[in-house]
Amino acid sequence: MSEVLHRDEARETAPRPGLRLVRLVRPRVGAWAVAVVLLLAFPFYLDRFWLQAGLFAMAAAIGAIGINLLTGATGQLSMGHAFFLAVGAYGYCVFAADGGDGLTGLGLPTWLAAVLAVLVAGVAGGLFSPISGRLSGAYLGIATLALVFIGQHVMFNAHDLTGGANGRDVPALNLFGLTFDDREVVVAAVPFGSAEKLWYAGLVLLVACALFARGVLRGRPGRAMNAIRDHRIAAGVIGVPVARHRAAVFVLSSMYAGLAGVLLALVFQRTVPDYFGITLSLEYLAMIVIGGLGSVSGAVAGAVFVSLLPQLLTRYSDALPLVSAPGTGGIAPGEASRYLYGAAVVLVVLFLPGGLAGVAARRRARNRSAQTHPGEER
Amino acid sequence: MSTFAEILLNGLSLGSVYALIALGFVVIFRATEVVNFAHASLLLAGGYLTAVLHDDIGFWPALLAGIAGAALVGAAVEFLVMRRYRGSDHSVLAIVTIGVDILLTTELTRRIGTDVLTLGDPWGDAVVTVGSISLAQTRIAAFVTAALLITAFLLVFRYTSWGVAMRAAAESAETAALMGVRLGRVSLGAWAVAGGLAAVAALFLTVFPTPGLERATSLAALKAFPAAILGGLDSTTGALVGGLLVGVTESLATGYQSDLTFLGRGLGDLAPYLVMVAVLLIRPAGLFGTKELARV
Repeated sequence: MSEVLHRDEARETAPRPGLRLVRLVRPRVGAWAVAVVLLLAFPFYLDRFWLQAGLFAMAAAIGAIGINLLTGATGQLSMGHAFFLAVGAYGYCVFAADGGDGLTGLGLPTWLAAVLAVLVAGVAGGLFSPISGRLSGAYLGIATLALVFIGQHVMFNAHDLTGGANGRDVPALNLFGLTFDDREVVVAAVPFGSAEKLWYAGLVLLVACALFARGVLRGRPGRAMNAIRDHRIAAGVIGVPVARHRAAVFVLSSMYAGLAGVLLALVFQRTVPDYFGITLSLEYLAMIVIGGLGSVSGAVAGAVFVSLLPQLLTRYSDALPLVSAPGTGGIAPGEASRYLYGAAVVLVVLFLPGGLAGVAARRRARNRSAQTHPGEER
Repeated sequence: MSTFAEILLNGLSLGSVYALIALGFVVIFRATEVVNFAHASLLLAGGYLTAVLHDDIGFWPALLAGIAGAALVGAAVEFLVMRRYRGSDHSVLAIVTIGVDILLTTELTRRIGTDVLTLGDPWGDAVVTVGSISLAQTRIAAFVTAALLITAFLLVFRYTSWGVAMRAAAESAETAALMGVRLGRVSLGAWAVAGGLAAVAALFLTVFPTPGLERATSLAALKAFPAAILGGLDSTTGALVGGLLVGVTESLATGYQSDLTFLGRGLGDLAPYLVMVAVLLIRPAGLFGTKELARV
């Protein structure tokens, strides 16, 4: 009897990427409650710098969840995510702005503009489907590289849409009469500016995106995606429409990126083409590798790590050895963080397959087996 | 007509430089099945070494040092990083090379800063005029050097035991290992050769008419990726054809820029990618790539 139990347990704890999430949610409701309370309370205690850093991390997390569906769960390498972020960000500006100054603006309600921007990012991903459905691996990686360069070319040249090299201002989001701008609303004696208000919008969006991605990964599409990643031909033989799934995941992932782009634009309050370059795409890949390929929590963890690192280093550059403020000759914080996450990518792949999410899953598995089989080596 | 010929010849010369880079890229892919996204940073490393050393030891020794240095960096990446990976998924290794690329590029761009470094080449901005066509000497040197190197490489690939070992490893790593081919040595060699070729390419990407070695040089080097892909990742012929195609298109797009203003400025930098996308739409495996066949 105990033998049977043991085997069941072993099967449950085997690292199946699609199922890792199941275990992340179940244990320790208390810890989650604390986390939720903290996240909700932050705008009342943190200053604008940290809130903005947190908002970047949230936007990055949404984008990273999307690219993890594509690269992590389906095995389709994408180096073009910066392009879809840009489509989201600029799409929002074009739909929401009022125009003028030689810039196109449709002046739609901002919530509608945000939704449309995400849809446009999806359409852009769909237009790429003749390539994204047929290619895989490095071929697709380099093919998507083209998107970044085409995107930047358009951003620099389509002046009436994008404002050229100087970029354009982002209209503030307006939802049910509440405007997410810097006109201060005082809540419980704390002045709420754009960062505080957007913080909650970002949290809601992130949670919704994470839950949706989790649903996709745990359901039939998730199984099909993992099957395509692990054995494309076998997946095709058992009836998974490979090309259609690849194209569909690409579209979904670009919509996530588009949403991340909208949120980033709202936080920055200005979009500039330089930001959406190849470095940004590589950053997103670094996030999901460090966090753990194919898992939602991994994507979030990696996004927090990669996007908070430069902020932390900037803030504490005086106190840290080797790092110095930009322009003073030493290693600037941005560079220092690139060294760190570049090294983290290499080390994680070599020594921690599964990334941060994998470490957490293994630790939980060890704890559980220590509880059920005391003294037994696993 | 003479402008067209000039543009075409310049394009061929540029293309031969891209072919050099793409060739190294393909060599690594054939020997180890790893797509090396760190290739642009190898190129930057070679160029940087040459640029730093040429004042003290003269151009030719500096160039040799740059080639040796880039080869060493390539070999070090293989030895220190690639070899430590124990899994079997090569797409994961491709991501490792992205990490390596982030590290190397950050270090090199930090050292280069906002400077534009010259490599101290002997050709300068001299121009050769034949009839109504004038060409920069550097472009001729680039084409001749690339042609010589590529020929030499293909001969080595075909006739020496090292080349045979590499082709055997590409065909079937397991069988090759059973036949006594040292796979570690083959892949080490591939990385070193790719680094060396990239260093030579770095020289010709930074001489006249380009200003010199700067941060953006690595972006120029990235254009070898579409070259390799549109030729077919596993084909050396493909790398050559892809390189030339990319070079000529880029040159044409830059040359006739004034007629194409409705498409925006800087179209030349975009052309390689557009060609790649067009080719991939028709032939997903590239022009000369092996179509993937699978027996179930």
